[in-house]
Amino acid sequence: MEGVVIPLNHVLIVAALLFITGLAGLMFRRNVIFILMALEVMLNSAGLAFVAAGTAWAEADGQVIFMLILAVAAAEVSVGLGLVLQIQRRFKTLDMDAARRLQG
Amino acid sequence: MELVLFYISSAVALFATIFALTRTNAAHALIYLIVSLLAVAVIFFLLGAPFAAALEIVIYAGAIMVLFVFVIMMLNLGEEGEERERQRMHPAVWIGPSLLSAILLIEMILMLSQLDDRHTGALITAKQVGLTLFGPYVLAVEIASMLLLAGLVGAYHVGRRFRLSEPDNSSPSSTEGDS
Amino acid sequence: MLQAIWLIPLFPFVSSVLLMVTAGRMPRTMVALLGAGSVGLSALVVLGAGLEFMRAPEPFTLTLWHWMQVDGFNPEFAFYFDQLTLVMMSVITGVGFLIHLYSTEFMQDDRDYSRYFAYMNMFVAAMLILVMADNLLLLFLGWEGVGVCSYLLVGFWYEDPANGAASRKAFVVTRVGDAAMALGLFLLFTELGTLTIQPMLEAANQTWASGDTLAALAALLLLGGAVGKSAQLPLHTWLPDAMAGPTPVSALIHAATMVTAGVYLIARTHGLFLLAPDVLLLVALVGLITLLLAAFTALNQHDIKRILAYSTISQIGYMFLALGVGAWSAGIFHLMTHAFFKALLFLAAGAIIHCLHHEHDIFKMGGLRKKLPVVFWSFMIGAAALAALPFTAGFFSKDQILLSAFELHAPIAGIGPWLWAGGLLGALLTAIYSFRLVFIVFFGAAQTEPDKQPGWRMAGPLSLLCVLSIIGGWFVLPLSSVFPAADGHHVSGLVEGISIGVPLLGVAFAWLIYYRRSLPVTGITESDSGVALRGYWYRGWDFDRLYDSLLVNPFVAVSSALKSEWVDAIYHSVVRFCQALHRGLSQSQTGKMRWYATSMVFGLIALITLLGWVY
Repeated sequence: MEGVVIPLNHVLIVAALLFITGLAGLMFRRNVIFILMALEVMLNSAGLAFVAAGTAWAEADGQVIFMLILAVAAAEVSVGLGLVLQIQRRFKTLDMDAARRLQG
Repeated sequence: MELVLFYISSAVALFATIFALTRTNAAHALIYLIVSLLAVAVIFFLLGAPFAAALEIVIYAGAIMVLFVFVIMMLNLGEEGEERERQRMHPAVWIGPSLLSAILLIEMILMLSQLDDRHTGALITAKQVGLTLFGPYVLAVEIASMLLLAGLVGAYHVGRRFRLSEPDNSSPSSTEGDS
Repeated sequence: MLQAIWLIPLFPFVSSVLLMVTAGRMPRTMVALLGAGSVGLSALVVLGAGLEFMRAPEPFTLTLWHWMQVDGFNPEFAFYFDQLTLVMMSVITGVGFLIHLYSTEFMQDDRDYSRYFAYMNMFVAAMLILVMADNLLLLFLGWEGVGVCSYLLVGFWYEDPANGAASRKAFVVTRVGDAAMALGLFLLFTELGTLTIQPMLEAANQTWASGDTLAALAALLLLGGAVGKSAQLPLHTWLPDAMAGPTPVSALIHAATMVTAGVYLIARTHGLFLLAPDVLLLVALVGLITLLLAAFTALNQHDIKRILAYSTISQIGYMFLALGVGAWSAGIFHLMTHAFFKALLFLAAGAIIHCLHHEHDIFKMGGLRKKLPVVFWSFMIGAAALAALPFTAGFFSKDQILLSAFELHAPIAGIGPWLWAGGLLGALLTAIYSFRLVFIVFFGAAQTEPDKQPGWRMAGPLSLLCVLSIIGGWFVLPLSSVFPAADGHHVSGLVEGISIGVPLLGVAFAWLIYYRRSLPVTGITESDSGVALRGYWYRGWDFDRLYDSLLVNPFVAVSSALKSEWVDAIYHSVVRFCQALHRGLSQSQTGKMRWYATSMVFGLIALITLLGWVY
């Protein structure tokens, strides 16, 4: 089966919308779990942009990069969730604003 | 027909994401997020990247989200956590970030609209992907494997159950960092 | 033996180094043996070398090694040996040995026995280098070496802050003179191209005519150094305070040897001074004024050591007077006899202090004639020599000086008799204050009981110095080949007679005032102006106060003004600016992850806006 002919612009705008949504979530959520979810969304939108560009140029590279992003996301989530557990254990809350020892 | 399908799944992805990030209950949010990922997988399929779509479902919606589920179960957030989240959803909290995001979005759309007229549609099979991945990108594969190993070790280290007194004594107190 | 003169400074030096590195772990007997023995060995070598030298008196230079080589300036580590050197070395090692021997008993109970001898030996070594040096740079090494040892020994009992202050004062005040001397050396080198003394003097003779400004300047700068080291006006204030050190130190350093280094320097470079008659006259005037001021001050002191210190200043004044009027050998002669009798007086005073529980005030002594007979006779002979009573050592040397002064006609006609009269007044005062000391300390009612008698190691040197103080005047110093010959004296018998009579008159005064108490002087001394004048003299003509208000206090004021950091404020403002920036920026570091993310978005927006603008 052939791919659907869609204007690349539109796909990229969808990716941008997803990205912006994730970014907004990152900025206004204080719960660590939601912050991680927002990061996932942003990574995923980046992957979408790559795949779309790859199919637009008929090259496999886009999907290769998507797989690399997948690996990054997996690593990030595993470490990030470990950190979530630690934060909960140490601060008795999931509020990121409580973890502010790096304050200047 | 398929074009309409693309727009529908895009809308689903977008709204599912928005819902996911505005829920107060983490478990509900996770379900929305999975919906969003599935919608993106549909988009991948429509774009002509069936292998990516499969990976999206298997790894993202499958493995990674399961991790989230486990963590949420371990944390046992409960009702009062939800109440706290609801109080944090104050307009003063989200209006600023939303405005900023909107500005950024407008800028991105403005820039994207300047692209030349190009369309998707080529089918890229798993075979092509595999050839490229283990051909020119073999070094990247190695690096990714190292990253995953680092993630494994990091997750194991961070996830350990530290004795609570230990890090507090060894780390400097927060007042010392000042000036 | 003459080739072995390098051993002379080496013995005390090695002993000093040994004593320093063992840091008091050596047994006391060993320390005493090493400390006094090394100087004794040096004295023996001097004796041997002197006997051999006198058979064929030919000055020679012994070059040990090349010291340094800097672009045309290559002083050597070399010793110059002539009659003047021989006299100085004999005094240093001979008197030095006696004083070391004396010290072994005097310092017996001191905790830092070993440190004391280490310093003393180092001093002797430095002093020997000073007098044996073939060039002025090596001389300067010895010059500074004795300065350091003097500093260390004045502050020997450093637990008392007053002693530390005295040693600092001695060091700093002499530093003024040393700076002048260093400048003098620079000038001599740039003008004459060498610092080796004998060639330098010849070069000076050829380069400069008599009265040349540069020659006068060089001589003046050297005089500055001499004045500082020899405690002459205006740099004499350190010597009375230097009496804070142990008494043998005062005897060796601040009476017999180091303070006469200035005299030696001028005598050694007399060729240069002859080219500057005005400076030479200044030397004479400095000597005269110093000897009078110091004599008046000595009349009013209570502390036995301070009296002797002022008398030292006064006697060195005589030596300067002698040098100033061109009586070089008389000056050196007086240097030698002074070393004998002043060392004797100091050692006798030390014996009194030692036996009287460290009592310094002469009015708390008295009646010691019977109780300390050895000390009494020593002091008596020393005082007689100091007062220049006939047929003592001091008589011959002082007589020569006064007669030479009387005959001076140049550069101002008729100045000689004035100098002579001044010197005579000084001699009168000298006789009065020295016998005032004798009568108050040894006669009259006993005030303090001595608790011990001096042992042989103290009595022996005293007796030997007694002998030297009496017969020292008959020594004929073989200095005629070193200095330009002086004419024989052609003065009338009257002048001669007055010179002899005046000290006797002084003794008579002292006897009447302080022994018989029959002279009605209390009416004068107890009047208002009399008390004021005595206080003024007691404080040494208020030189300390003058220097304090003229130099020290302004300096302290300036430094405290600078201490308030108004110069540093400029730099501190830079620091404060940076700190303010730091504080401002660290405000932005909230530690909140969300704030960081938001800032990144801000940056991203700015970046994209900029990109959109450009393209």
